[in-house]
Amino acid sequence: MNLTLKIWRQDGPEDRGRMVTYQVEDVSPDMSFLEMLDVLNERLTLAGEEPVAFDHDCREGICGMCGMVINGVAHGEQRATTTCQLHMRHFKDGDTVTIEPWRAAPFPVIKDLVVDRSAFDRIIQAGGFISVPAGSAPDAHSIPVPKNAADAAFDAATCIGCGACVAACPNGSASLFTAAKITHLGLLPQGQPERASRAKAMVEQMDAEGFGGCTNTGECTAVCPKGIPLDAIAQMNADYLKASPTS
Amino acid sequence: MSGILRRAGEWRVGAPIADTKAPAGPIEERWDTRRFEAKLVNPANKRKLNVIVVGTGLAGGSAAATLGELGYNVKSFCYQDSPRRAHSIAAQGGINAAKNYRGDGDSVFRLFYDTVKGGDFRSRESNVYRLAQVSVNIIDQAVAQGVPFAREYGGLLDTRSFGGAQVSRTFYARGQTGQQLLLGAYQALERQVAAGTVEMHTRHEMLELIVSGGRARGVVVRDMVTGEIETHLADAVVLATGGYGNVFYLSTNAKGCNTTAIWRAHRRGAYFGNPCYTQIHPTCIPVSGDYQSKLTLMSESLRNDGRVWVPLRKGDDRPPAQIPEDERDYYLERIYPSFGNLVPRDIASRAAKNVCDEGRGVGPGGLGVYLDFADAIARLGREAVEKKYGNLFEMYERITGENPYEVPMRIYPAVHYTMGGLWVDYDLQSTIPGLFVIGEANFSDHGANRLGASALMQGLADGYFVLPTTIGDYLAGATAFDQVDQDAVDEAVDRVKEKISRLLAVNGTRTADSFHRELGRLMWDHCGMERTEESLRKALERIPELREEFWNNVKVPGDSEGLNQALERAGRVADFFELAELMCVDALHRSESCGGHFRAESQDADGEALRDDDNFAYVAAWEWTPDGPVLHKEELDYEYVKMTQRSYK
Ligand SMILES: Cc1cc2nc3c(=O)[nH]c(=O)nc-3n(C[C@H](O)[C@H](O)[C@H](O)COP(=O)(O)OP(=O)(O)OC[C@H]3O[C@@H](n4cnc5c(N)ncnc54)[C@H](O)[C@@H]3O)c2cc1C
Repeated sequence: MNLTLKIWRQDGPEDRGRMVTYQVEDVSPDMSFLEMLDVLNERLTLAGEEPVAFDHDCREGICGMCGMVINGVAHGEQRATTTCQLHMRHFKDGDTVTIEPWRAAPFPVIKDLVVDRSAFDRIIQAGGFISVPAGSAPDAHSIPVPKNAADAAFDAATCIGCGACVAACPNGSASLFTAAKITHLGLLPQGQPERASRAKAMVEQMDAEGFGGCTNTGECTAVCPKGIPLDAIAQMNADYLKASPTS
Repeated sequence: MSGILRRAGEWRVGAPIADTKAPAGPIEERWDTRRFEAKLVNPANKRKLNVIVVGTGLAGGSAAATLGELGYNVKSFCYQDSPRRAHSIAAQGGINAAKNYRGDGDSVFRLFYDTVKGGDFRSRESNVYRLAQVSVNIIDQAVAQGVPFAREYGGLLDTRSFGGAQVSRTFYARGQTGQQLLLGAYQALERQVAAGTVEMHTRHEMLELIVSGGRARGVVVRDMVTGEIETHLADAVVLATGGYGNVFYLSTNAKGCNTTAIWRAHRRGAYFGNPCYTQIHPTCIPVSGDYQSKLTLMSESLRNDGRVWVPLRKGDDRPPAQIPEDERDYYLERIYPSFGNLVPRDIASRAAKNVCDEGRGVGPGGLGVYLDFADAIARLGREAVEKKYGNLFEMYERITGENPYEVPMRIYPAVHYTMGGLWVDYDLQSTIPGLFVIGEANFSDHGANRLGASALMQGLADGYFVLPTTIGDYLAGATAFDQVDQDAVDEAVDRVKEKISRLLAVNGTRTADSFHRELGRLMWDHCGMERTEESLRKALERIPELREEFWNNVKVPGDSEGLNQALERAGRVADFFELAELMCVDALHRSESCGGHFRAESQDADGEALRDDDNFAYVAAWEWTPDGPVLHKEELDYEYVKMTQRSYK
């Protein structure tokens, strides 16, 4: 199939950026979206033009490195799928596809489709862990964890930190990302001692990074490649309130 | 680099090498003895000692976090935008540990035994025993961190079976064990970043090692965002940069996985252990076209319930559902009745290749075999199968457009893991004092074939428990280290800058990727699942030619300032070219078959790998010299496990 691509090009953080149109021919339906961009980049390189910069690594939908807004939707229209796992069989000959970076003030563009997501690491630094130095752990079977708690914790823990939730949110909120970690650790017995302080510190860091507030639009879960449910945010709010003395 | 005058594929034999750090005495006591004998650094001094850790996967992430907890000053580096994205994140199936929670006869000794045997008697007993001992602590540590392992209704941990074992000792978190373990290590690491003990440098690629006064004292890195070349100095350097399977271009590794860090260290004096030992994983999604950029693994855990088969008759191209039971060949169950579908990887891969070579392969080009869940679904119900493997089935469907609940999966072997890596002693120290190597980047514990679920175990054993102890013994002497020699630093920086300018200056007509594909194809055809003297000699002739062409005709767009992904790739490909040659030399010199290294000239009557213990029971540790590689042999002694021909029949 042949496609028209409209891709955001931006030389660097200071550049204003613009959409540029490219044609790609002979796209196979079995290609992944990123392989289609590889083909474009090979061609641009040989023509003496700068290839399109985009982040990617595992290409298996788990590292969270890739992410683009495709036709207005973070990671494209196929649900529960990262950009690297989106395949060209979902497009048809003659389609025009627009490709843009995540857009949110706390995710400044570095170049083309590459953005800086280090704010996520700083949210984890604020409290997204259980304090247990290596070598100090008791036997793993000393604390049984009910299967349903373990399974629910796992569901929240599957977050890959890609940032699609932020890109999709009209407020640029990082609530789903932050709530996923608070929920994962807060559901486990091991996570109880730091539960309140964790929620407070992480929420405050999220605000300090300049992410917007949550108004429950649900756009985040709709694009989340791992389908993290909106309930997580309710859990975060509850834990946060418990941690904050009533004013 | 180019311009090497000697004939490709020649090598010399140098003095033997030995591991001098493993204590003597009963194997169960060696690690305790070493821990007791290792010098300690007093807490006040730790703050003054700087350690660089390159890599934030299971090995590097856990090491940097633990060193930070101990009070060292740590700098951590990775090429991704966050330490959480290291390729360990992609591990699916699980992690082994000798917990014996099932009471099915497991023990430290059995895990040790299985690993030595699975590695086809080409690993060091002391190291493997320690790995099995420490395995139990890893599970404790991970659970305490909140890693949500699968559990049973009683709230206790669930386990499953993996290849090469007859006990159920693999702990797992659905099909995302690597992700959950890595996030545990990542969170511990970020906790140390917040505490100020670890300084994190993301989007920084290590391009050179700084050696001064005979010791590893720092690294040269490129800031991938600004393009700036930086130097970082320290009292010790730890490489945890993962495997080099991407030398084959197509592999299950992430696109960025590379050999640059360890190859540069090799060029500076670190010996390279067993470079030819490559693991080809039997269950990957087959190649679909020339544009293919990577291959996707379907976890080995699927072989617990999936049955592998091909049509009995050559050229039978009926859809699988129309092939009656008695016209199918469940060849693993037929040839290996006691292990069946759960034979080790090297054996399962070669068996798949053999049936495809016989013309009985399925799918495009006949390069595939079926992995069929029909029986499991009939036996357990679709829901139970979905619970266990749901995410893998979805991934398969996304990539192939086929529904594995209805049509059997098609799978084919693909490059997955490299058992080879920088040579290290029992302390995980390389032949350059002060350079430690952990995780997949070293050669240590898996011999000629790694068992499933043992890489996660090794990475975390190295990072949480082994290195933090052994590095102290080295750092206790740091007060006596000389000042870092500025000339050594300048020289390393110059080498990096020179290489970058050379790459940018060629301005030829082929992309780095196109060279990488060609190199990968060459390696797959000539140094892949089956190797012969002839194929290896052919590769050794062709690699230098292709490398020469690369340096004369590669086109790298852009400049050295700012983000330039094409430049990053070209630099990695240049190093893969050099490594590829060493891999072929190693594969050529080892004329026996062992584990994942199958020399067609050395097989028994049934076509199984035939070892030659009289001549090859050693680790091949290669030294880099301008006149070609020099081989140092480390003899392997087996005191506890009797060397036998492996049999899984
Ligand atoms: C798809 C897949 C599934 C797997 N499943 C399993 C499983 O179920 N069980 C199991 O035991 N094993 C499994 N393995 C193997 C296992 O995941 C790896 O061997 C292991 O995770 C490697 O960990 P590591 O810490 O050594 O390296 P990695 O996790 O690869 O980390 C390498 C780190 O080094 C950094 N780095 C690399 N080069 C440079 C450089 N030049 N400069 C700066 N930084 C650099 C990277 O940024 C990264 O942080 C699997 C492997 C794959 C590919």
